[in-house]
Amino acid sequence: MAVIPNIIFAVILFAAIFFFVRNVRKLIRNIRIGKDVDRSDNKPERFRKMARIALGQQKMVVRPVAGILHIIVYLGFIIINIEVLEIIIDGLFGTHRIFSFLGGFYAVLIGSFEVLALLVLVSVIVFWVRRNIIRLQRFRKPEMKGWPKNDGNFILYFEMILMVLFLVMNATDVSFQQMQAGNVVSGLIAPLFEGLPGSTLHIIERSAWWLHIVGILVFLNYLYYSKHLHILLAFPNTYFANLNPKGRMDNLEAVTKEVKLMMDPNADPFAAPAEGEESAPPEKFGVSDVADLNWVQLLNAYTCTECGRCTSECPASQTGKKLSPRKIMMDTRDRLEEVGKNIDNNGTFVEDNKSLLDNYITREELWACTSCNACVEACPVSIDPLSIILDMRRYLVMEQSAAPAELNNMMTNIENNGAPWPYNQMDRLNWKNE
Amino acid sequence: MKVPTMAEMMAEGKQPEVLFWVGCAGSFDDRAKKITKALVKLLDKANVEFAVLGTEESCTGDPAKRAGNEFLFQMQAVTNIEVLNAYEIKKIVTACPHCFNTLKNEYPSLGGSYEVMHHTQFLKSLLEEGRLSIEGGKFKGKRITYHDPCYLGRANGIYEAPRDLIRKLDVELVEMRKCKKAGLCCGAGGAQMFKEPEKGDKDVNVERTEQALETRADIIAAGCPFCNTMMTDGVKSKEKESEIAVMDVAELIANAEDL
Repeated sequence: MAVIPNIIFAVILFAAIFFFVRNVRKLIRNIRIGKDVDRSDNKPERFRKMARIALGQQKMVVRPVAGILHIIVYLGFIIINIEVLEIIIDGLFGTHRIFSFLGGFYAVLIGSFEVLALLVLVSVIVFWVRRNIIRLQRFRKPEMKGWPKNDGNFILYFEMILMVLFLVMNATDVSFQQMQAGNVVSGLIAPLFEGLPGSTLHIIERSAWWLHIVGILVFLNYLYYSKHLHILLAFPNTYFANLNPKGRMDNLEAVTKEVKLMMDPNADPFAAPAEGEESAPPEKFGVSDVADLNWVQLLNAYTCTECGRCTSECPASQTGKKLSPRKIMMDTRDRLEEVGKNIDNNGTFVEDNKSLLDNYITREELWACTSCNACVEACPVSIDPLSIILDMRRYLVMEQSAAPAELNNMMTNIENNGAPWPYNQMDRLNWKNE
Repeated sequence: MKVPTMAEMMAEGKQPEVLFWVGCAGSFDDRAKKITKALVKLLDKANVEFAVLGTEESCTGDPAKRAGNEFLFQMQAVTNIEVLNAYEIKKIVTACPHCFNTLKNEYPSLGGSYEVMHHTQFLKSLLEEGRLSIEGGKFKGKRITYHDPCYLGRANGIYEAPRDLIRKLDVELVEMRKCKKAGLCCGAGGAQMFKEPEKGDKDVNVERTEQALETRADIIAAGCPFCNTMMTDGVKSKEKESEIAVMDVAELIANAEDL
């Protein structure tokens, strides 16, 4: 009967992995709803960027307080996970601290895990205080009401509990405490449990051990439903990010074809389409829904962890306009999830008479953007909210002719006299004689 | 003012060292025309053989593109590229970061590849080549703060050329709370220049002007005709015209020695 815990452990572990893989596949399927965009160029440069920005947390420290605390939690997350490997082996094979044969090195490992666990606990508490007591402005914008606010706190509670369980597990492990090596933090907690009978200690130790590993597996599966996917997606997201100068907006190829045709004196506008071209539907210009976005933009949406650095740097947001770049990313993800669920339920997407435009992102938000790139610069994981805003403007103008009246005047002027104001092109050089 | 056009140059069988792309603001806006003239004076002083397109120049299409009208942008781009390529233009200098960004980043894939420089970069290169000298003159000892235009700074990573030029004026260069990569927009980009802002608590240019006023500078230096307008309006709305002036970097250099 001694193998029952091992069997239970294996069942829980494989169930967790099964659900996680299922969610990852759904994630990949949803991202693939997006249009193709080629980001296979410049691999060395892409790896360098990923190493600096995702692995090296380069942009996090632009804001030193949050940045340093985040690095602690990030290092803790990566390093303490080595311990998870031991827990999984112990759980599957009924061993206890299988790596302890490493002796002195094991003590160093566990010692550093314990120190990190304490630092992570402190950092996460500070994060909680920033969100809930200091109430930093960027966590209190309208798009952060309800679920996003709770989601942020749930993650912090999760991390606090996991760290406490890890330390309690070590503190109540009698044989580990007797080693007097590596128990740098748990050795300080152990006296709290002094006087308890060995059997009680064992029960506490086992409970902490089980809750700790089950907690980690639940957290793993919570990721997909939370804003916390950035811990995985920050890496591909920075790898596939745009490498061009931020000021370069892509030139739409479909438009280039039309323009070339218009400018070609030999082109016959009434010519019958060539064989095979007839069936191609006219290309839609710009973006009104998630399927019009490219897959990198959709990956961006899943990567966003709603930190709000973009919104706090946005000139429109700072001056009280409705636009918030973070909301653009959150809306994109919410709509993508809705489309994904639609596909889950129906096998294929069934028209729901909704779209990213209007049902999620309003025109007022889109027209408030100054295209200044502050949001793109601010993002610690290379998300580009601006590209979505500009692509949606393209839809409004080219598919719906729905630009604000003043912009229509500006564009009419450019069309008629080659300047955004109503001046005659023939007067362009008048300044030299004034 | 002697300003040769490409057509005149071509007729004489000459090719200028650089094409000065004046831009719509530089051609038509009364405030920006002063920047255009200041730059011409500096080019003359440095003996740069330049030309303009004059009536053959047309909007680069930047505001149309940022407003979402890709058709109009590409029509403008293709027309301009035809003119530029017909004159075999190799190098372009412009005092407008929006024209600069569009010519440099968005024309190449449509068939127009040129070496494009913002005027602050070009002036700095003239300085380094010893063709232009900069003296403090009447601005000596003044406090100057420089406002980064988004399309020069974040969009293209050019932060130092304008600052290097300003430092040469023997002035005290002071930075705003938000500068360089973190610089706050003036509120004009993305075609906002041509429309009323959306509803909010404040105009972006007023917010930025307040940041500039915090530095207690005598002059706000700009490198973009649109930023110039926005900051000038911001200073007016704060009724600080008597305390702080808004000037382009080219104007600072030209005016320093009363060119």
